Amino acid sequence: MQKTAVQPRQSVAMMQSRRRENIAGYLFMAPSLLFFLGFVVFPMVMCLVYSFTDYTMTSFSFSGFANYQRMFQDAIFGKALWNTIILVLISVPVTCFFSLWAASIISKLHDRTTSFFRCVFYLPVVTGSVAVTVISRNMNWLGDASTALGCIITILLTTSVGQPIVLYVSALNNVDQSLVEAASVDGATNLQTFWRIKWPQIMPTTLYILVITTINSFQCFALIQLLTSGGPNHATETIMYYIYYNAFKLQSYGYGSAMGIILALIIAAFSALQFKVAQTDNG
Amino acid sequence: MSDNIAAIQKKMQRKQANTGGDHSVHQITPYEIAALVVLIIIAILFIFPLYWIITGSFKNAQDVIAKVPVWFPLQPTIDNYQRLFARPAVRWLGNTVFLCAMSMALTCVSASMGGYALAKKKFAGRTIVFSIFVCAMALPKQVILIPLLKEMAFLKLHNTLWAVILPTVGWPFGVFLMKQFSETIPESLLEAARIDGAGEARTFVEIVLPIIKPGIGALAIFTFITAWNDYFLQLIMLNDTDVLTISLGIAKLQSELSNDFGLIMAGAALGSIPIIIIFLLFQKFFTRGITMGAVKG
Repeated sequence: MQKTAVQPRQSVAMMQSRRRENIAGYLFMAPSLLFFLGFVVFPMVMCLVYSFTDYTMTSFSFSGFANYQRMFQDAIFGKALWNTIILVLISVPVTCFFSLWAASIISKLHDRTTSFFRCVFYLPVVTGSVAVTVISRNMNWLGDASTALGCIITILLTTSVGQPIVLYVSALNNVDQSLVEAASVDGATNLQTFWRIKWPQIMPTTLYILVITTINSFQCFALIQLLTSGGPNHATETIMYYIYYNAFKLQSYGYGSAMGIILALIIAAFSALQFKVAQTDNG
Repeated sequence: MSDNIAAIQKKMQRKQANTGGDHSVHQITPYEIAALVVLIIIAILFIFPLYWIITGSFKNAQDVIAKVPVWFPLQPTIDNYQRLFARPAVRWLGNTVFLCAMSMALTCVSASMGGYALAKKKFAGRTIVFSIFVCAMALPKQVILIPLLKEMAFLKLHNTLWAVILPTVGWPFGVFLMKQFSETIPESLLEAARIDGAGEARTFVEIVLPIIKPGIGALAIFTFITAWNDYFLQLIMLNDTDVLTISLGIAKLQSELSNDFGLIMAGAALGSIPIIIIFLLFQKFFTRGITMGAVKG
């Protein structure tokens, strides 16, 4: 008898507390959700919608997959895609390898020296692309179609190693020291210790760095816009710059949006692939 | 006095013991010396652009374009800065600071509340909301600029600094970072506050905020620097000379007066020195923020 009397009361109290939790949760979420939905999610959805239209300054009507078909026949888009992939395939491994190498050296130094190096390598990220381009814009190599992309990649590298180095330094400092010592007692060489002990432990960091570097390299824009405008003869055309050119110079909003969707899909595919590879590596 | 000295000696001994402990197993190999030398050379290359910009901004008209590089301005001049300030450079700098400070403040407020809710409030749909936030982070930010431009035009915000501030605040990274920090709040503290009868708002201000303060510091400096350098978004949203940021201003000088190197260098110096100072001052927060944001939860 007592039991039946207590239980409904308890569940009413639970429902009340759950309701309170819901209301409080959404009230706390409200400001960030408002900004997020209004200025990130809504434009994303609209981007998808635009990609199926022939949206320009003068027209706005649905055109099905016309934009996507046009992309396949667009030689410059092909060139831009090719350049972007080269840029990603070079800059991502080089960035990851260099930052791991640099971090493995500077993480062994004294705290002050470590933070000095960390700052120096972060400098180009802080000052931004505009400052970097101010001094490199008159390089002759940028005007030559055969060397221009190489130049862009080199400059891109300087602006992209900062964050990975910071991440690797802290990951390497967090590696379980007792394992490292045990390995060296067992007579493992430095290289063996690195691959067998440290590498598996910093794997999550590596994965994160791969993903963010890939995303950033795919979106390489400011350097191109400031230095070469995609030239000479489309030698440095990247997808991001071509999207900008179509959407904001030619006002082909529909076509630009469709390319944006394709770029997002490519980046998603690359990230998924990296997760998959990293998982099989671990397991 | 002698007590003090003894304490200091003790401390130093301990410190020596500590570093000795770390390095006793470790001998410096020739490889490491070579690697350090290479690293120092690369570090100089990284600092060089900044050195070149700052010294260049004080060079006179002949030195700045000299075929044989002039490594140091022997006859320093502030001519370049006078020409820079004859343009609305101060205005551009002011715009940039306003834009960054506003983005920072709004992001910190909304993200600390949102991150706390995602970490500690078991509201219905929490997992879905969080998944959407994480997915959005992996998408290329710039792809949404076309619809965003139309949206801002519709809201009559195009060509105002708000057109840059609002999307910056909406970007999900902040909420994600603050969720990571909020996870560390002990449940027992929240429970105790509830038993004491503290309301939601009071619990947030008096219990949650003090604990996640380092996180807010990290997010603040991170947002400030990101907003300062978000060139693409600024380029799309801001056109009028009055609303330009310092990055856009320098880019404009570069395209309009590409021969006046001294002026461009002065502009670049004005655009990078304030943000470098801010970065150096808050470096500690920054490192922690980057690292926390990477630990995927």
